[in-house]
Amino acid sequence: MNYKMIGKITAPILCIEVVFMIPALLIAQVNHDQNAVMAFTRTMIITLAVAGCLGLATRNAKKGFYAREGLVTTGLVWIVMSVLGCLPFYFSGEIPSFVDSLFETVSGFTTTGSSILTDVEKMSRGMLYWRSFTHWVGGMGVLVFLLAIVPLSGKNEGYTLHILRAESPGPSVGKLVPRMRQTAMILYMLYVILTVLDVLFLCAGGMPLFEAVCTAYGTAGTGGFGVKADSIAGYSPYLQNDTTVFMLLFGVNFSCYYLLLLKRVKDVLHDEELRTYVGIVLVSAILIAINIRGLYATLGETLRLAFFQVATIITTTGFATADFNQWPALSKTIMVLLMFCGACAGSTGGGIKVARLILLIKNFRRNMNQNLHPTQVTTIRMNGQKVDEKIVSNVSAYLIGYMGIIVVSFLLVSLDNFSLETNLTAVIATFNNIGPGLDMIGPTGNFSAFSDLSKLVLSFDMLAGRLEIFPIVILLSRSVWKK
Amino acid sequence: MKIIVAGGGKVGSVLVRQLTEEGHEVTIIDKSGDVLENLMQEYDVISVQGNAASMEVLEEAGIRDADLLIAATDMDEVNLLTCLSANSLNPSLHTIARIRDHDYRSQALNMQELFNINMAINPEYQAAAEISRLLNFPGFFNIDTFAKGHVEIVSLRIKADSHLNGTRLNKMNDIVHSQVLVCAVQRNGSCIIPDGNFELKENDLLYITASTTNLTTLLKNLGIITKKIKSVLIAGGSLLSFYLAGILERRGMNVTLIEKDHDRCVELAELLKNTTIVEGDASSQSFLESEGFENFDALVTLTGLDELNIVMSLYGNYRKIPQIITKLSHAENNRMLDSLPLGSVISPKELVCNTIVRYVRAMQNKVGAAITIHRIADGQGEAIEFEVTEDTLNVGKPLKDLNIKPNILIASITKGDKNEIPSGNSAFHKGDRVIIVTTKTSGIRQLNDIFVS
Repeated sequence: MNYKMIGKITAPILCIEVVFMIPALLIAQVNHDQNAVMAFTRTMIITLAVAGCLGLATRNAKKGFYAREGLVTTGLVWIVMSVLGCLPFYFSGEIPSFVDSLFETVSGFTTTGSSILTDVEKMSRGMLYWRSFTHWVGGMGVLVFLLAIVPLSGKNEGYTLHILRAESPGPSVGKLVPRMRQTAMILYMLYVILTVLDVLFLCAGGMPLFEAVCTAYGTAGTGGFGVKADSIAGYSPYLQNDTTVFMLLFGVNFSCYYLLLLKRVKDVLHDEELRTYVGIVLVSAILIAINIRGLYATLGETLRLAFFQVATIITTTGFATADFNQWPALSKTIMVLLMFCGACAGSTGGGIKVARLILLIKNFRRNMNQNLHPTQVTTIRMNGQKVDEKIVSNVSAYLIGYMGIIVVSFLLVSLDNFSLETNLTAVIATFNNIGPGLDMIGPTGNFSAFSDLSKLVLSFDMLAGRLEIFPIVILLSRSVWKK
Repeated sequence: MKIIVAGGGKVGSVLVRQLTEEGHEVTIIDKSGDVLENLMQEYDVISVQGNAASMEVLEEAGIRDADLLIAATDMDEVNLLTCLSANSLNPSLHTIARIRDHDYRSQALNMQELFNINMAINPEYQAAAEISRLLNFPGFFNIDTFAKGHVEIVSLRIKADSHLNGTRLNKMNDIVHSQVLVCAVQRNGSCIIPDGNFELKENDLLYITASTTNLTTLLKNLGIITKKIKSVLIAGGSLLSFYLAGILERRGMNVTLIEKDHDRCVELAELLKNTTIVEGDASSQSFLESEGFENFDALVTLTGLDELNIVMSLYGNYRKIPQIITKLSHAENNRMLDSLPLGSVISPKELVCNTIVRYVRAMQNKVGAAITIHRIADGQGEAIEFEVTEDTLNVGKPLKDLNIKPNILIASITKGDKNEIPSGNSAFHKGDRVIIVTTKTSGIRQLNDIFVS
């Protein structure tokens, strides 16, 4: 294991984090909030010191960076970033407990949106901005950002692929163009453009700029931190529908947008994952709308709420406009199932991902057929292309790891003795990076009542969910730390 | 530049390495997913899986915006078809195809025109030509060609009994009586750019610039090898061996070729009229002895196994065969092998890659950019060829008046067909080709970089 190289990549990431804190610092300064300004300044100094030490200690790092270094780097970077990123909340005293601050920050970076705050509106503006901005940073990934701006390696190295693969969601991550740096730049360009569009649309609907920017960050990263106690529910129907559309857009694989730029519209329209994703959204929303008819005054409102709730859950955002805790059992069940499903691979959303579900179903169908015709040889295809057997078996392994983590976390969280529904959905909602669950942690509730142990377990789940298990779980493996 | 490489085999992977190193955007096409995965993990490239000759696959690889396609799959026919399909999708595309089957050799030029191929490459033939050049000038380890073949940089090791042992460079011309210049010396593993007071020692490896016509004089006056090579033993009956035997046959040398496989022996015997084809195992020493091993003037080991080639060359050195040439396909950059007396080392894929890289550089045609770069002294030194343009500084001034950075030597100036080994009074003019020799770390990218600013 090339520890020095790992440190060498972590150092610039921390510098990037400091740069990312500057806007929040400025907002605190503009609002004459000396407490927040001090908290940010102290955090930035500490982070720079850590980055400086790391940079000095690893300046003579040897080359040699392979798949395992890529995984370990990604896992470690996210943990270090979260620990340092939570310091402003802790130093300012706006979140007094360190574990709570960490939970909130991990929830931000992993674009989960689960909160321990009982009253969001009491937070200062600088802190609110930083809280929402962590969503935006975590959505596309900070390592991908590093790949886009820093020529890390010589011209000749393919190892950056390991980083992209470890940080980006989906069963088979590839590049868009030959150069890694350009690939990362294209991804971030698309991300920025879509975010700016969202801000513009929100402002056009009368939302104040600060709220529009924070809401757009939450939408873009499919995170879900709002700046209002009632999330999006207080805004006009136009703003709600606008957010529905943008949540769904950020749940689409970004390579589809790149194909659109290349005018390959046909390829996008025939994309199996995209079609399935749209299909699931339409069917679920209509089923729910039928199920909850009568609860709301008009058909328009019913459809708006149904679509919003489906979009917020399937893209794993976690905004709320209606308390689906109060909905009939069928609707609640559909919502929980959507939590597992998740958005498209290569989007900013979490969950199992539609692409993996398609592969799992196809693999199941193949095994069924093989029971009927034991000698039959078939390949699994996606968009007409053969899917490598390694990817298929990787998806199965992922599912087993996924189930294993849910079981263990469920057991640990149950120690807190809340209702079964609360405990189970807490694990599902954090692990799939959604945000709200059912019962106590429903759209109107929060996670503050959990014990510190549960909060740490859930933080681990959020990281494992965002990075798709392997980069985080590998850190627990002995062979990583053994010389 | 956007470059598509079809085929990720030996040549394909070396190409990917060289081209990404030079900063090009490379897309690689191969049928095997494992090959692509390995290349993607090692180099910054993107891959497309499939048959490169299929238009659909080429479209996916982005053929429409590509500048160059290099078809290097292991089938000549696929390569030709790939170029044809690619050209129909993008008429302004440059194409390079590997065509190595000897059945097509005579029609290579026709096919190039027919399939609209800009360059046909044949690694085996190129390697055979290179080996035959080395056999023509025995005593040199390596010959690199510049300025369209008018200038060569040869390398030469100083033995204990050499006239040059202990000589200072400014006295060297009194011994060799011809216009040559020592442009780099490899001593104890490091590369030195020498000045006139440099004293040569035993075991130095000299890199010497000379015009092609002066090489024979140089050899004679140095008195290293007096004997012209008349008989050559080739081990292995590959395509490369076949090409080499053909070239040497035409030069009137006595060629003996050892091949294990009976059918291949029969095939070679049909094709090569004047070569003695011997069926047998080249790794068996008693068999080699029975063929009169130590009486050959040169041994060329060209079997498919690097290890076998190395062992045979060592044995040849032990039995004091004057000239030894070893083919290495995988271990060509292995520093461990430097200390072994393997004679000249030849790597067909590296040779052909250099040719392609030169073509790519010529395509880019940046003002002042290097036309040719040869790595010398195990990659620690570089010989770079530039063309003098109107932007070049100090045109027409005598070299002795120029302020040139340390560790840089102007090794040759070529005006049209005439080559000049520069002295203090020489000067270069617009349109001339200048060869600079320097250490690898100097970072010279343009001719103007050599002047102290």
